[in-house]
Amino acid sequence: MGSYIPATGEERQKMLEAVGLSSMDDLFSVVPEEVRVKSLNLPEGLSELEVGQKVSGLAAKNQQFRSIFRGAGAYRHYIPSIVKTVTSKEEFLTAYTPYQAEISQGVLQSIFEYQTQLCELTGMDVSNASVYDGATAAAEAVFMCQERKRTSVILSGAADPQTIAVVKTYCESRSVPVTVLPVDGCATDLEALKAALAKDTAAVYVQSPNYYGVIEDMDAVVAAAHEVGAKVIMGANPISLGLLKTPGEYGADIAVGEGQPLGMPLAFGGPYLGYMTCKKAMMRKLPGRIVGETTDDQGRRCFVLTLQAREQHIRREKASSNICSNEALCAMTASVYLAAMGPKGLRQVAESSAAHAHYLAGELAKLGFKVRSDKPFFHEFLTDSPVEPEALCAALAERGILGGLPVDGGILWCCTELNSKAEIDELVSILGEVCGK
Amino acid sequence: MKLLFERSCPGRGAALLPACDVPAAEFDAALLRDQAPRLPEISEIDLGRHYTELAKQTHGVNDGFYPLGSCTMKYNPRVNEEMAALPGFTQIHPLQPVETVQGCLEVIYESEQLLCEITGMDGMTFQPAAGAHGEYTGLLLIRKYHLSRGDTARTKIIVPDSAHGTNPASAAMAGFQVVSVPSNDQGGVDLDALRKAVGPDTAGLMLTNPNTVGLFDPNILEITKIIHDAGGLCYYDGANLNAIMGHARPGDMGFDCVHINLHKTFSTPHGGGGPGSGPVGCKSFLEAFLPSPRVKKNGETFSFGTPEQTMGQVRSFYGNFLVVVRALTYVLTLGKEGIPEASAGAVLNANYLMKKLVGAYDMSYDTQCMHEFVMTLQGLAHDTGVTAMDVAKRLLDFGIHPPTMYFPLIVHEALMVEPTETESPETLDEAAEVFLKILEEAKTDPESLHHAPHDCAIGRPDEVTAARAPVLRYSFGE
Repeated sequence: MGSYIPATGEERQKMLEAVGLSSMDDLFSVVPEEVRVKSLNLPEGLSELEVGQKVSGLAAKNQQFRSIFRGAGAYRHYIPSIVKTVTSKEEFLTAYTPYQAEISQGVLQSIFEYQTQLCELTGMDVSNASVYDGATAAAEAVFMCQERKRTSVILSGAADPQTIAVVKTYCESRSVPVTVLPVDGCATDLEALKAALAKDTAAVYVQSPNYYGVIEDMDAVVAAAHEVGAKVIMGANPISLGLLKTPGEYGADIAVGEGQPLGMPLAFGGPYLGYMTCKKAMMRKLPGRIVGETTDDQGRRCFVLTLQAREQHIRREKASSNICSNEALCAMTASVYLAAMGPKGLRQVAESSAAHAHYLAGELAKLGFKVRSDKPFFHEFLTDSPVEPEALCAALAERGILGGLPVDGGILWCCTELNSKAEIDELVSILGEVCGK
Repeated sequence: MKLLFERSCPGRGAALLPACDVPAAEFDAALLRDQAPRLPEISEIDLGRHYTELAKQTHGVNDGFYPLGSCTMKYNPRVNEEMAALPGFTQIHPLQPVETVQGCLEVIYESEQLLCEITGMDGMTFQPAAGAHGEYTGLLLIRKYHLSRGDTARTKIIVPDSAHGTNPASAAMAGFQVVSVPSNDQGGVDLDALRKAVGPDTAGLMLTNPNTVGLFDPNILEITKIIHDAGGLCYYDGANLNAIMGHARPGDMGFDCVHINLHKTFSTPHGGGGPGSGPVGCKSFLEAFLPSPRVKKNGETFSFGTPEQTMGQVRSFYGNFLVVVRALTYVLTLGKEGIPEASAGAVLNANYLMKKLVGAYDMSYDTQCMHEFVMTLQGLAHDTGVTAMDVAKRLLDFGIHPPTMYFPLIVHEALMVEPTETESPETLDEAAEVFLKILEEAKTDPESLHHAPHDCAIGRPDEVTAARAPVLRYSFGE
């Protein structure tokens, strides 16, 4: 059995004596006999060597693909070596939330830097210290827009389906009316949006690039929503913002998204990172922790958790959200990633991802995989499939390739900078065989 | 120290990526951003040193004693980190075909079995990403349950006044009204007040046991019975599970659903404020409402399923999976005997440290405690002017992370001390000496304590100005 208790049996006995008890059992004398556990049905404990073998064995049961053309909310990018080195530092790893500023300047400053980077990336004024993931970020953003006479929310049907699902769950419990717009050629149906907007519309959520990779007409979305006084929440893949127009430039009120592409591995879905930034006017409605700059008692610059009057430990049931632990180490990961990449590196990642996706789209078209939308796309696109999509992906899996995701009878493909031309050419050649071309 | 942006020098950086080997994608200029984001341009060595310097200004469990009440800052075993870094987990796409992720599904399934056994529950979801997220999910279970029976009148959640702030906040987010019930003079639930509070509008009760003053409520079976008799459900806040795991189970105390904090009780690191993981367990009659998807076992293989009356999703994918890998590694390591031994060790350490301080410091409840105890410095503040805050800040000078301050709200000038089982008797002895030394200072030189800490990277920050004139990002000299 493994144990992380330093005290030996003899020491424990002495400690028991010191507190006036005779056995470890006495420590639980206050627990009523009816609820005392006699014996747990758990396996015997393991040594470190054994547990390492056991858990490694579980990892070995998964298939690692050497080549991945699937995104749909989780993206494989190159992660610079320094990212893991920094975030493995035990000080960062094992610290609690930085409530004690005097011994937490490291974490606090890193969050301040993260907030600045995310504001720069999204073109917004204020960022929080992160929330759980992109989907809960969208849900929290919807709550930020609730006003007494404006409660309903309109969601783009072309947004990530999991984001839509999570927003619906959150809204249902608070009786917030939700309308999901139809999809028109892999994009938000703008006519349907205009028809749905009303004077009780609190917010419109549109993701761009959307689930199908299409870059939405955000100018039209913002104009239509603002005309009736509704807020605009724009979801965006942060990598795309190395290149594409920002939520701030479009005039969105809140920007949210999944931060995973910024240096986090696929990791079967988590831990990931929800980012949230907004215009200054909405600052005090932001949920979660926020770090601010101030000075100490000797006038030196320092950082603290601030605007805590919004938060659950002060406001209890009147708080702007219940969020407490967020994804601090993931935020630091994103911050190190963005610093390592710099503006040029990030743009390179975005351009290379888009370039590979467009190259793949062109090659696939030659095999009869028709791109379903004629709108501009970033690094994902939906095609028809001349062969049954699941069968096609199974054939690719046998060769160690994770193909695009079967969606709506077609296939949703994704490329990043990691999908080299050689890798794409190999994929296309295998697809040619499968399709008999 | 300098910010990343103040270390930036145009043109610097590392060659991380090759030149693109295919033609560039063409975009209409209207789709492109006007200006590049002002990310730092920094050499790798400067970047490395920047974070090394930041690390030196960060206090983690590995830097010293961390008796932060209610947060269970126990040691984070290294083997857990190694397991969570296995490429067989980190390189797995969450939307891979199910036959290629059998190992991941087994991790989730096995964790569910083990943690259900520890909590006395029948089913569990790992989608919630933190404790508060778990609370929210548990409350949605309660909501769905009542609605499924057409019982729409149950709109109120009862929360003791000693509860964590997340409890009422989560209840409000889940669409409930919050009813606060007072504590009795033992810090437990006031049964008479509870009986008066329940009725046909009671959806449920949120409770942590041991409670936030570190005491096990001996009336627990009566409490859960009062709620059940009124038609409500009982929710267990697992924040304090480290006191009782292996000795008592929420499921046997009458709780219908629970959340547990893998980043507290099950030794996964806090990461400076996350990622955590807040799995929610429930009794079988609530399983149909759990979030989707759930892992099922069919013979020797695993698959995903959707509970019939699912609440939907509360997060994308399956939660903070790598945190679950760490927790599974921990539970497998401790096993049948190690789990109860860990909580017994936690309770022993708390009582040992309390014993060393009692008499010098006033305890809010002068009785044997569970895994943590709460001191009240009201008397000290009255006599010397030295507050709980002053004592906490002075502890920093000795490399000790302060206890939780000013919580629970029902205790004045509270310091809530949770040593955890992974601290040695010497560490506890040394900490006790520091506490006693500070008490001496409070009597001889109170003024000095108002200005503590004296030996940290910074002195006390001006939090008022930070909130009144918020500076929340670097301004680039604008």
